[in-house]
Amino acid sequence: MPLLEVHNVVKQYAGHRALDGVSLEVPENSIYGLLGPNGAGKTTLIRIINRITAPDSGDVLLNGQKLTADLVQQIGYLPEERGLYKKMKIGEQALYLAQLKGMSKNDALKALKYWFEKFEIQAWWNKKVEELSKGMAQKVQFITTILHEPKLLIFDEPFSGFDPVNADLLKREILELRDKGATIIFSTHNMGTVEDLCENISLVNKSQIVLQGNVADIRASHATNTYKIKTRQEVRMDGFDVLEEKNANGFFESIVKKDLADSNNFLLQKLMQQTEIFSFEEILPTMNDIFIRTVTGTIN
Amino acid sequence: MSKISLIIKREYTTRVMKKSFILLTFLTPVLLVGMISLIVYLGSIKDDKIKNIVVIDKTGMYKEVLKSNESYHFQFTDSSIDELKQQDRKESEFAALLYIGNDLSKDSSAAVMYSDKQINLELKSYVAGLLNKYTEQQKLAAYNIPNLKQMVEKSRTDINLKTIKWGEDGKEKEGSAELALIIGMITAFVIYMFIVIYGAQVMSGVVQEKTNRIVEVIISSVKPFELMMGKIIGIALVGLTQFLMWVVLSAAIMFGVSSAVSKGVDPASFEKMQNMSQISMQTSSTIPSDAATAKLQEVMTAINGLDFVQIITLFIIYFLGGYLLYASLFAAIGSAVDNETDTQQFSFPIMIPIMFAIYAGIFSAENPDGPLAFWCSMIPFTSPIVMMVRLPFDVPFWQISLSIGILILSFIGTTWMAGKIYRTGILMYGKKVSWKEMWKWLRY
Repeated sequence: MPLLEVHNVVKQYAGHRALDGVSLEVPENSIYGLLGPNGAGKTTLIRIINRITAPDSGDVLLNGQKLTADLVQQIGYLPEERGLYKKMKIGEQALYLAQLKGMSKNDALKALKYWFEKFEIQAWWNKKVEELSKGMAQKVQFITTILHEPKLLIFDEPFSGFDPVNADLLKREILELRDKGATIIFSTHNMGTVEDLCENISLVNKSQIVLQGNVADIRASHATNTYKIKTRQEVRMDGFDVLEEKNANGFFESIVKKDLADSNNFLLQKLMQQTEIFSFEEILPTMNDIFIRTVTGTIN
Repeated sequence: MSKISLIIKREYTTRVMKKSFILLTFLTPVLLVGMISLIVYLGSIKDDKIKNIVVIDKTGMYKEVLKSNESYHFQFTDSSIDELKQQDRKESEFAALLYIGNDLSKDSSAAVMYSDKQINLELKSYVAGLLNKYTEQQKLAAYNIPNLKQMVEKSRTDINLKTIKWGEDGKEKEGSAELALIIGMITAFVIYMFIVIYGAQVMSGVVQEKTNRIVEVIISSVKPFELMMGKIIGIALVGLTQFLMWVVLSAAIMFGVSSAVSKGVDPASFEKMQNMSQISMQTSSTIPSDAATAKLQEVMTAINGLDFVQIITLFIIYFLGGYLLYASLFAAIGSAVDNETDTQQFSFPIMIPIMFAIYAGIFSAENPDGPLAFWCSMIPFTSPIVMMVRLPFDVPFWQISLSIGILILSFIGTTWMAGKIYRTGILMYGKKVSWKEMWKWLRY
């Protein structure tokens, strides 16, 4: 059973429809990517899942149960627009946010001690946020999001504004949380991280989901039937097209394209008849390509 | 601990622990008492330098009348005004020149006082008092009626009109309109101040949460309404704390100062002071000396006559009611704007009724049962201030309860409205907000 189900959610604002019949299912213990250009409706969807705004129609189910205020405690949410009280001490602030999430003071203190040690930031406990750099504040925000060990974690544009070191740390922590049993949804523009992390995605454009499914399947379905090959001799067209060809250190590297109907082996047989093959690799489109193609395709 | 109490706790402790709060709370009563003591002290210092007053008395009648005392020394001279004018006045060392050109009983404007500086009131009234008294006696003597002087002395009266209120149970209470006015104005002004100061704090608190971008993190754990109410209640408690601290501290400092003063002054000199004041009163005014003590007693009984428990209870009710009414509106505005500078344009329409209320209060004091006073103490936007002004003048119970009822219903209404605007507003960034826009949010 999926951990989170969104059924046919519609949200209308004065003047425009932010979400138009959006549905998705997030399998338990997986990482789910929510993609889409700016203004597509990702943040609205995330706010609806967090019960910050209410949908006009449609349901959100967590573990098959309709999402109530109590169940929201099981969600950890790191918004895109995130901040901390500037004048408050880090430790007090983290404790306050944890208690707002329903943790008892003792549990929160224990968990905070663990995470502050793990990130080696114990020395910050009595510092005020205004004394910290942005990167430091981001670590604190991350800790406060995951502290109460939520089943579902939602990160809205988690990598925006993170420096590369922290972004890498965040990536490792996300994977570790998944391995420990958490389910993670994040929205991003960074297609590289989608390929690295996500098992499933939804691509939102203009208030609707235009592409949804398993990342590997999506890439395969967008295959262009092109292959990168390395051969001893030049190859000629013979039931397939040669798009590019170049001579490199005594080898020929070519890009060839077969018909959709033909199998890989058919292409290989044809090539073998001509020359010796040193390498053969299918060119799959990157998520970035798919993203741009899908979004601009729907615009046209 | 429930979530709203967590928020209240945070709002309260972060504000109460602030250096500025502690400083203001402790310094204000010290400054207040300090200022009052300074005024009292400066007023009590007598100019112990003897001032010379040169008198040119053309009639020669007033040599006996103008008696020198500790402050003023009269010197009679035969020189003319012009001669004295010619003199180097720095050398001559006289503070003023009194010229009496004619018999004052015939020409009451025949006395003129000249001086380099503005003549102070004390000197003027002292000299005028002496001359008046003498001229009066002169005129009376002119009637040639035996014992007339004693008869007039006996017939002199000072009517002390007591005002007594009839309580509902028929009990008589002595009242003082002046005292009621003072207490009403003070309590009304304190409420006005607290609404403005703490309302503005609510607004800037909301704007800060929004510009800090922490608000979305928090409302993923609590409802926006809880966050708003937590802030409003937390700040209300800060206001009450400050108010109670001021009352207690002022009372303590007053007590300390007054006991220190009474210890420092030895009884002999105190008695002397009393005698002096009695003498000066007899000479300068027509009020019998025991009238002053009667007046003091009257004030004391009037203070006792006021129902302080009622005033303080209603003060807290009206403070909270008025504060909740306005604070929720301030919160709504804070949520709608992006930064502190934008708040001014929107808070102006809210400030207008508060300012109006303070003026309405001043006018209501003149006629506490008039239509302006009545209606302004029913309209919730003005009632917390105007009703405080009216209260010491004994407002009927039904009016108080109706006014409180309206106030409570209204702040429930504004809080509900503010909650709706707030809910949408805190998540809106980078949008120029208009009244029309806010009206739309109300109906989402």
